[in-house]
Formats: sequence, C-alpha cells, structure tokens
Amino acid sequence: MTQYLLSVHHDGTAHDEAPSAEEMSSVFGAVDRFNATLQAEGVWVFAGGLMPIEQATTVDNTGDTPVITDGPFAESKEYLGGFWVIEAADLDAALAWAKEGSKACAERVEVRPFQGV
Amino acid sequence: MTSTAEAIERIFRAEYGRVVASLVGRFGDIDVAEDAASEALLVALDRWPVEGTPANPGGWLTTTASRKAIDTIRRERHRDAKHQAAQMISDDTPHEPTGIVEDDRLRLIFTCCHPALAPEARVALTLRLVGGLTIVEIAAAFLVPETTMAQRVTRAKAKIKGAHIPYRVPGLADLNERLAAVLAVLYLVFNEGYLATGGGEPIRGELTEEAIRLARVLHGLLPAEPEVTGLLALMLLIDARRAARLVCGELVPLPEQDRDGWDRERIAEGHVLVRDCLARNRPGRFQILAAINAVHTDASAWSETDWSQIATLYGQLAAIDTSPVVALNRAVAVAELDGPAVALAVVDRLGLSSYHPWHATRADLLRRLGRTAQARDAYTAAISITDNPAERAYLTRRREQLPR
Repeated sequence: MTQYLLSVHHDGTAHDEAPSAEEMSSVFGAVDRFNATLQAEGVWVFAGGLMPIEQATTVDNTGDTPVITDGPFAESKEYLGGFWVIEAADLDAALAWAKEGSKACAERVEVRPFQGV
Repeated sequence: MTSTAEAIERIFRAEYGRVVASLVGRFGDIDVAEDAASEALLVALDRWPVEGTPANPGGWLTTTASRKAIDTIRRERHRDAKHQAAQMISDDTPHEPTGIVEDDRLRLIFTCCHPALAPEARVALTLRLVGGLTIVEIAAAFLVPETTMAQRVTRAKAKIKGAHIPYRVPGLADLNERLAAVLAVLYLVFNEGYLATGGGEPIRGELTEEAIRLARVLHGLLPAEPEVTGLLALMLLIDARRAARLVCGELVPLPEQDRDGWDRERIAEGHVLVRDCLARNRPGRFQILAAINAVHTDASAWSETDWSQIATLYGQLAAIDTSPVVALNRAVAVAELDGPAVALAVVDRLGLSSYHPWHATRADLLRRLGRTAQARDAYTAAISITDNPAERAYLTRRREQLPR
C-alpha cells in the first residue's frame, strides 16, 4: 500500500466573484459525503481544507537569523486550498479516488505519491 | 559485426519484450529486468556461436536473464537489504478475472501506455521495453538528442516505480479507455514512420515495421478486440503502398501511384482483417479507417474507386470523430462524387489553416476549378508549413505545373 497526496489547487484569478451560498453548501455536502466514503472504505489517512492564502506566513531559517514574512513563499496564480492523504494499492486506485474527489470539490486534483517509509 | 552476432541480436530484439515482461512480472522491477536481459544477450553472444542457437531462444533468454536477475538481487540484498526491498513494484492485489488472456507483455504494454505518463514518454517506453529498440535508435527516430530521450525514459520509469503504476491489464470497466491509449501510441509510432514530421528521411520504414510488429503482438494477445484488429489492418493497408509512395525523393499521392508497386500480400492480409471486423459488427475509428483503405486498395485505379462507399464510411467516422480533419478527408471523396466546387465549399468552411493537408487539398480543388492564382497561393501556404522534404518536392512541382 502507498500513501498518496490528493491536493486541490485553487486558481486565485478564476473566482473573482465569490461562489453563492447554495454553490458552497452543495460542494461542502459533496465533500462531506466523499470523506465519509473514504473513511468507510478504509482509505482515509488525513484531510483538511486550508484558510485563504492571505493568511499564510512564511518562515525562512536557512540563513543566519530566522526571517518571518507575511504571505506565501512564492507568488503564484494557484494556491493549495486543501488536500486528502489516502492509502491505496496503486496509482490506478488513487486515480479512481481522485476522480471522485475532483467531482466532489468541483476543482482539479493533483495526485502525488509519498516517499516510501 | 559478424552475421552470427547480427542474427543473435535480431532474435534478441524480437524476444526482448517477452523476456523483459516476464522478468518484470517475476521480479517487479523494470531496471532489474532490463539489466538482466542485456546480460543474457552477452551470454548468448558468447555461447550460441559455439553451441548453436537453442530450439526455443526466447525461453533460453528468459531463463538465463532470470538467473542473472536472481544473482543481482542476492548481491543487492547482501549489500543493502533496504534498497532491495524498495525495488518492488507492488502488485499484491489478487487478479480480478478480466475475461481476457493474461500475458506479461500485455501487462507491460498497458504499463508503458499508462495515462499518467506523458504521451511522448509512452511512445518511448513502449518502443524501448516492448519493442526492444535502443535509446539511441528511439532518439534518432524522433529526432531528439540521445540524452533527452534517455532522461525521458528514466523519468518515466522512476514514475512507474515511485507512483506505483500497476503492472496489470486493466479490468473490463477501464479496458476500452486504456486500450485506446495503447492503440494511440502504436498509431503515433506508425504515422511518424509513414510521414516523418522532420526534415530528414521522408518515410521511415523501420518505424512503420515496428508499429506493425507491435500491433501484431497486441492482436495476437487480444484477437477479439475489433479496434486492435482494425488498427493492424489499417497499418497493413497503408504500409502496403509504401514502395509506390516515394519516387525519386518525391511523395506520390494516392491518385498518381503506380498500383503495381503495392504489396499485394499485405493488402490481402489487411482485407481479411477488415472482413473479420465487419463480422464482429462493433465498429470503431480504426476499423472504419481500415475499411476506407480497404476500398482504396480494392480499386485498380483512382478513377475506379467506389467513392460513394468512401463517403459513407467517412460519414460514419464523422459521427464518432467530429475532428475537422475527418471532414477534410470526406471532402476529397465528395469532390469525386459531386465535383470540386461542392468539395471546396466544404473545405473552406473547415478553416484548418495551420494544417498543411488543408492547404494542399484546397490547392488541388482550386486547380481543378481553374482558379490558378488562388491555387498557387494555397500550394505556397502548404509548402511553408511542411518540413517533410518529399512532400515539399511534390507540392512545389504541382505549383510549378500550374498554367501561367
């Protein structure tokens, strides 16, 4: 079994208008159902949604003194919005879950294997 | 190189996919399988000239390579147990009955053509692992530097291992979609051979032959999949015309080809396969394309072609493939049935201005309508976006033959 990161990247430029309350609640409902399925199927390891990128803080302690800055470490059009960590037999199984996850959250999902432990 | 060594290398290439596939199945690691196969070749080059070629060279190579792989794994285990444990491509799930024949080569083809790999990596991996071509040969075939091709293949293999791309034939639910990706890879290899995109050799017979060989392997493994049969038939019927297609470095299009130069054996084989597809009655894109080429190869001359049949088949194709390229090809049949003016009206609506056959087709229709100045511009436009030297030569001659 391999653990895979299923990450959701929000395009900051695509949603200038905030989605309506109905849209939001329908997505939340679908994601909740998907999460419940992951747990029931024993695939679930961890998942979570992130607060907006405006709330990010970057810490750089690679130099002599730590530097703390407001904002993301790199300016980008797309930011990580949330993720699932799942356990699957192989990439095909992970991709099948990602298809469902993408439908549920109405966003594209990137699938990436964790390094073996 | 001696002719014996050449003969051994030919056998090795023919058996390569089988040997590697069987070793990947057994040891779960592509690099181990490839290294062991190369070592087996060295043993064969050493021993076959003396002891004679074994009765079952593929079996001999697989056995020898397996022993080499076991030696390697023992050495690795001794040196670094953890490294060895990390090598396995996992396939610990029990095999679901798929209702089709399981063969290691088939699993290998599906792994090489996995949709999670970049399309150019799928082509390279398939030629390398299933086809037994060297990285040098594949790099030359696709006109990229050897280091680039080596990197492409290495990356793809690393992803197979790291992301656990499974080594198995997909279940029935995904089979059609995944098979389509495999067929697309083989067709891409074939097309690159049939009309090279670069400025080097205009037709690369070694690529069309390789694609046909791999399609035969796939057809042998999946004889009841009509699209596989259709693709093999299509390749045979197109490749049968290869010798007549290039005269003095100039491409000869179908209407002007000397049909005596066609390979009748390939045509006969293709026709049998097309009849097999028709009997199965599960039409698909490659089967329809094969049927179109069966109609062409049935005619003793361009003027004898059954154009209404061709137009009907393109109509069927258009129903499942809405690409304007299909409509363009159908327009060629329309020109023969209803005249060039009707066809030109269709072609002009397609607006495929970055596709050189669109300009070439327009040029020909305009020429037939006597609209010489416009035909000249269309030939010029086609030439300006074609790199293939034989096709440029043909289009240039046609442009020069226009009345002044």
